[in-house]
Amino acid sequence: MAPSLLGPSLAVSAVLFCIGVAGVLIRRNAIMLFLCIELMLNAVNLAFVALSQLHGLDGQVIVFFVMTVAAAEAAVGLAIILAVFRHSESVDLKNINLLQG
Amino acid sequence: MLPLLQVAAAPVGGAALHWAPYVILLPLLGFLANGALALWAPQAKRAVSIIGPGVLIAAFAVAIAIVKAVHDTGLVVPEITTLWNWMPVGSLQVTFSTQVDQLSAVMLLVVTGVGSLIHIYSVGYMRADDGYARFFAYLNLFVAVMLVLVLGASMPVMFIGWEGVGLCSYLLIGFWFSDKANADAGKKAFLVNRIGDVGFLLAMFITWHALGTLDFGQITALAPSRFAMNGAVVTAITLFLVLGCVGKSAQIPLYTWLPDAMAGPTPVSALIHAATMVTAGVYLVARTNALFALAPFSSTVLAGIGAGTALFAATIGLRQYDIKKVLAYSTVSQLGYMFLAVGTGAYVAGIFHLATHAFFKALLFLGAGSVIHAMHHAYHATHSHADAQDMRNMGGLARKLPWTAALMGIATLAIAGVPPFAGFFSKDEILAAAFARGAEEPAFYVFWAFGILAALCTAVYMARLMAMTFFGENRTGPREREHLHEAPWTMTGPLLVLGVLSIVGGALNLPALVGGHLGLAHWLAPVVAPGAQYRGVEELHGSAEYILLSVAVAVAIVGLFLGWRMVTATEIVPADQAPPERGIASLLYHKYYIDEIYDALVVGPLVWFSERILWKDIDQGLIDGAAVNGSWKLARAFGWLGSQLQTGQVGVYLVLFLVGVLYVLHTVVR
Repeated sequence: MAPSLLGPSLAVSAVLFCIGVAGVLIRRNAIMLFLCIELMLNAVNLAFVALSQLHGLDGQVIVFFVMTVAAAEAAVGLAIILAVFRHSESVDLKNINLLQG
Repeated sequence: MLPLLQVAAAPVGGAALHWAPYVILLPLLGFLANGALALWAPQAKRAVSIIGPGVLIAAFAVAIAIVKAVHDTGLVVPEITTLWNWMPVGSLQVTFSTQVDQLSAVMLLVVTGVGSLIHIYSVGYMRADDGYARFFAYLNLFVAVMLVLVLGASMPVMFIGWEGVGLCSYLLIGFWFSDKANADAGKKAFLVNRIGDVGFLLAMFITWHALGTLDFGQITALAPSRFAMNGAVVTAITLFLVLGCVGKSAQIPLYTWLPDAMAGPTPVSALIHAATMVTAGVYLVARTNALFALAPFSSTVLAGIGAGTALFAATIGLRQYDIKKVLAYSTVSQLGYMFLAVGTGAYVAGIFHLATHAFFKALLFLGAGSVIHAMHHAYHATHSHADAQDMRNMGGLARKLPWTAALMGIATLAIAGVPPFAGFFSKDEILAAAFARGAEEPAFYVFWAFGILAALCTAVYMARLMAMTFFGENRTGPREREHLHEAPWTMTGPLLVLGVLSIVGGALNLPALVGGHLGLAHWLAPVVAPGAQYRGVEELHGSAEYILLSVAVAVAIVGLFLGWRMVTATEIVPADQAPPERGIASLLYHKYYIDEIYDALVVGPLVWFSERILWKDIDQGLIDGAAVNGSWKLARAFGWLGSQLQTGQVGVYLVLFLVGVLYVLHTVVR
């Protein structure tokens, strides 16, 4: 990868991350929220990979870890969403406020 | 016990001068022993009967040895015995020391001597009481602290005794505490005394500030050089001392506790509230005569208070029906005489009257005790609820209690001032001294007139008491009459001794006029010398002395006659059928409404202030409301604010989370 692609890669990463954040903040559907979190994770992954050409292979190793954790998180997260759906017949976050103080 | 054996075995030398602590220790041990018995074996009355009076008689023996040593060694400088260093704080060095000199010697004899007699009397009087051991424990403790008061070589040590006798007085007034009136009387005595104690404390503070010492010896030595005559500081000290004395010795305006103190058992009234504790004020003034001599203003105030109290209390005594109340007001009045004496500068006369008064007033109270004892038994036997202390229920008791009647008759003559009984000489000496001082300070002529009038009233109320109690028709009741009888010998024995002392007590200080040699005056000369130097007692000469003497005797005899007529001229009806008092008699019967006035002016506002302001506003409003409840309400308010963030909406959390992250990034990445 030529050094000149570093800037655009990071820019794409940043854009993806911001889209993810915006999605998390705006969307009410738990599934969409979940996808946006994945988007943010992968935006970070892209940044790690892009920067590894300046700092060695550490970044790429971390990306593997992140992907592993993300897979586990996806399993747990989807299971929670399923449980929530069974409980309240909805995955709209508006209806899920059991922890209100 | 070692010194006791020495007393018995060997002639006493100067060594006995250092035995003063043993005199205190003996009754203290008695207190501990009787206190232990009261707690664990209250029915061991025989042991109590031996220990209680026993320690007192032993203390009396040691006291005699000490007085003999004072006499033999011709003591000039007080003999100090230091026991331990009590308050070594910087330049304030207070040691626990006792001081033996001629003044404390006189007090030693009075306290242990009269104390012994009253202890013996109590064996008979209190025999049937459940609190027998407790009573003797308190009585022993009282004597111990009274001796600390008398023997203390410095103001703080004396203050231990001063507070201690107040405590014992409280305990003994409220001895039958299950009756609320008694408990209230105890509280009243304690609180009123407290006002005086503040005065004593303040006097102590100023003395230390001004002289840097609290030892009586040093005060006496330093006072003339440090204080100007009539100076502000010495006047302040003495005025605060006067306040202390007024409280302890029941003078105007703090006398109200003493008549109420009669709620206690009669031996207590005799020992504490007539013979010893209440004379502590007189003793204190005599002890600090070097200060009072430098403050003529305070002395005049003291004399005025004394003269006023003497007359005021005597007039109240005219119209009381409770036999002990009459004697209580009589005590207040006689204490007034003593204060008139020491205020005049006649310290010897004051102490003289203190001693003779201890004899005849103890006799009167114990005699009254015998009467009440008999009355109480009579009413108890017939289950009557009539008042055993009301003189209107008595009458004609001389036939039933001949010994008591005769001995109280002697005491009556003594207190009324009929020669040659004890009270005549001491009272006459006080009045003569006051009259003589009138030449310099005209106010003292007024005080003298008060004293003469008080003497008249004294004779009247005493004759009235005797006539109502012992003569005329008996009004106890037809069935009760059969049960009246003389008290056991443990009670009449002490009466007999006190009777003899009331007759010959005047010999302590016989004036030259009747061929005496003023024994007490010579004896006390080293102690009152500093006072006499600045405020000497003027001597009356020639005809003036005879005129005063005749006036005093005439007043006494006229008074006795008037008092007798007062009773015999009218028919007395028993208390439950008596009509209400009218006019002046009502005013006197209600003691000038002084208690009511104090209640309205002092107690009422104080209670109102405590309840309305301190309790309702400050405690409930400020502390409970604002401080205690306010803090939890504040904490809850903050908690409520925080809980409003807890919406349960994940979106809100996420926004907050983002804001937080951005803030952290903003601060970390710069």
